[in-house]
Amino acid sequence: MITEALVLSAMIFVLGTFGVLVRRNAIIMFLCIELQLNAVNLAFIAFSRLMGIDGQVFVFFVMTVAAAEAAVGLAIIISVFRHYETVNVDNFKLLRW
Amino acid sequence: MYNALGVGVQATVETAAQFQPFFPGLIILLPLIGFLINGALALRHAQASASAVRLGGELDLGEGDHLPATHTLPSYVAPGVMLMAFLITSVNFARMLSVELHDPHVIEYWTWIATGAFTVEAAIQLDQLSILMAMIVTGVGFLIHLFSVGYMRDDAGYPRYFSYLNLFIFFMLVLVMGASYPLMFVGWEGVGLCSYLLIGFWFSDREKSDAGKKAFIVNRIGDFGFLIAMFLLFGMFGTLDFVPLFSQAADLEYGSRLVTAVTLFLFLGAAGKSAQIPLYVWLPDAMAGPTPVSALIHAATMVTAGVYLVARSSVLYALSPIASATVAGVGVLTALFAATIALKQNDIKKVLAYSTVSQLGYMFVGVGVGAYAAGIFHLMTHAFFKALLFLGAGAVIHSMHRSLHRTNNHQDPQDMRNMGGLRAFMPITWGTMWVATFAISGIWPFAGFFSKDEIIWQTAAFGGAAKAPYPMLYQVYWVIALVAAILTAFYMTRMMVMTFHGASRTGVEEVKHLHEAPPVMWIPLIALALFSVVAGWINVPEALRETFIGLGPLTGEWLHHWLEPITEQAHHIQELNLGEVAEQAPFGGGEVAWALVSTTLALVTVLASFQFLRRQNVTVAAEDTELSGLSKVLYNKWYVDEIYDRLIVQPLIKSSRFCWKVVDAKIIDGVVNGVGWAARALGFVVSMFQTGTVNMYAFVLTIGALIILGVSVF
Repeated sequence: MITEALVLSAMIFVLGTFGVLVRRNAIIMFLCIELQLNAVNLAFIAFSRLMGIDGQVFVFFVMTVAAAEAAVGLAIIISVFRHYETVNVDNFKLLRW
Repeated sequence: MYNALGVGVQATVETAAQFQPFFPGLIILLPLIGFLINGALALRHAQASASAVRLGGELDLGEGDHLPATHTLPSYVAPGVMLMAFLITSVNFARMLSVELHDPHVIEYWTWIATGAFTVEAAIQLDQLSILMAMIVTGVGFLIHLFSVGYMRDDAGYPRYFSYLNLFIFFMLVLVMGASYPLMFVGWEGVGLCSYLLIGFWFSDREKSDAGKKAFIVNRIGDFGFLIAMFLLFGMFGTLDFVPLFSQAADLEYGSRLVTAVTLFLFLGAAGKSAQIPLYVWLPDAMAGPTPVSALIHAATMVTAGVYLVARSSVLYALSPIASATVAGVGVLTALFAATIALKQNDIKKVLAYSTVSQLGYMFVGVGVGAYAAGIFHLMTHAFFKALLFLGAGAVIHSMHRSLHRTNNHQDPQDMRNMGGLRAFMPITWGTMWVATFAISGIWPFAGFFSKDEIIWQTAAFGGAAKAPYPMLYQVYWVIALVAAILTAFYMTRMMVMTFHGASRTGVEEVKHLHEAPPVMWIPLIALALFSVVAGWINVPEALRETFIGLGPLTGEWLHHWLEPITEQAHHIQELNLGEVAEQAPFGGGEVAWALVSTTLALVTVLASFQFLRRQNVTVAAEDTELSGLSKVLYNKWYVDEIYDRLIVQPLIKSSRFCWKVVDAKIIDGVVNGVGWAARALGFVVSMFQTGTVNMYAFVLTIGALIILGVSVF
């Protein structure tokens, strides 16, 4: 049972990572990060069956942080979009030397 | 209390009265107060003249009685504090005379340095040696301050002069009364500073300020030796206070290498301060200062600090036969070498300067052959007659300067070729200077005879001791010392004849302005002349006293006994290891016979050279021809300054220039600039990785996380 859950978690995590690395749309990248977080959450839940309640507590924390992150991140994306009228990250290269 | 040698170091007689010091701190404090008052006046005068210059003029001091307070107060303050210091010292001296003081009386004021194992107390030590030195410093110092009032009267820097002079006395008293080597070193450096300030007193003259710098730099070489010796002593004993240090030192092994190293380094310091070969070159140049300064600092007090240092460390020197032989050898060579140079100098102060170097050599011979009391004895008599000679020369220069100044003559007032026949104008100066000349030449019964003859005799006696380390060497020393004594008699007579006798070479107009010094100047001359006669009588050896030379009941072996508490440990070590000193000179003859021989030689030299030189014609400086042969070499001081310039100064300048132009400007600056350039170049290259692409950053982050994961798992 736990093996299957962990395999699923790993697959979702890799999918999320892959999405962050290859996609250029900021919203898609943002969604992929959420995917990664939830993959980790899945792993926590799976382990909590074996090792007690601590894992589930961590999941609540992760969900809280993810909600905060979504609020800030989406706000940034919206204000960037208002400025450039695009959310393609290839266009945002001002922060360099 | 007994140490390993079995010498009782504490008086066994408890009933003897205790020594009660009389405000000893004031002796040191009074000159400091004088310095502060005179220094404040000097600053006030400097402000006044600066504001006068700002207004486009020059400060007019006025004539005679209308001088401002800055130029009248020092005449009372400076000699006043000296007189008070001298009187307090005399009271302490009298009190010490009246009791049997065996152990030094140390008075601690506060803790100066306190660091773990190393503690130095600000403490003064009153014992027979320090009180004697303080008597000389304050006594002769007072007379010279008095003389200066007349000599420096018309100088614009009058208050500054006296503030330096008072400061010098303060440091000199710290030097002789300090109870530890570090405190002595404070005085040692302080007198060096004042010497520099006073040599370069007329600093607007480039040559004079250079002479000051030379004195300071040459002395630094000696100070280096003093410092190393202090480090070694601290390593050996864990203390630098005189009393515990010397009582521990007596337990050391005779002739151990460490003691030899310490004493040789100390002697390097002494050779710098006391102008011995190879560091004597600064003293003749130091004559650039005002003449009373030469009398006080460069003849009577500061330059004898090295002799005091060796006498103070007598226990250490007695333990090292090599160091003692070096001290005596350097001393006797310097005595001869400087005497040969003095033969051909024309500047009256230069003759006296080389004569001082030569006499200091004699003092080192004395302390080098274990006759510490004899060395100090010669130090004392020399302080009187050499101060007298310098002050006499000062009176002559004062008179010459005035007469040349009034007639707008630009000749050198110190050149003896321009003098001659001054006896008629300056009878007091003439008479007192002849007394000093007899004293320095070693003619009976003047002071120099007893002190110099004792040193020469002790050299012979030490070489003839049963187990003397290098008997042949000391015989050579003895012969050289005798030869140098004859040279002394000759060059001093030459100086007197050229200055005071024969026809006047000053010029017809100029002669009218020559005059005797004012009373404030000749009173110190008379006082010093008196001491130049009688000072020798306080230390006549037992052997001489039994004959007519000893002057019967007038005299005694007082100084020798007086200094016994200081020197007895050293003498004990010497007796244990060398045996009794000889009764006979190398070529036979006892002390009395050789004393007669040496005084006869000196007297004959003075009389013969007086007769011979008086008939010689001296050409005035302006018309004098070039010398040749040995005379030229002697006139140019054996070219020692030139040799030092070639061998030391020029290579030093060249290597400094190399260090500046190549090592500093090219290599060091190049490395520093190169590091900066490299950092910027690296930064430029690395900044290329900062693309601003978010995916790129995420990719690098992922790779990094994978690497860390891989490393921690496998």
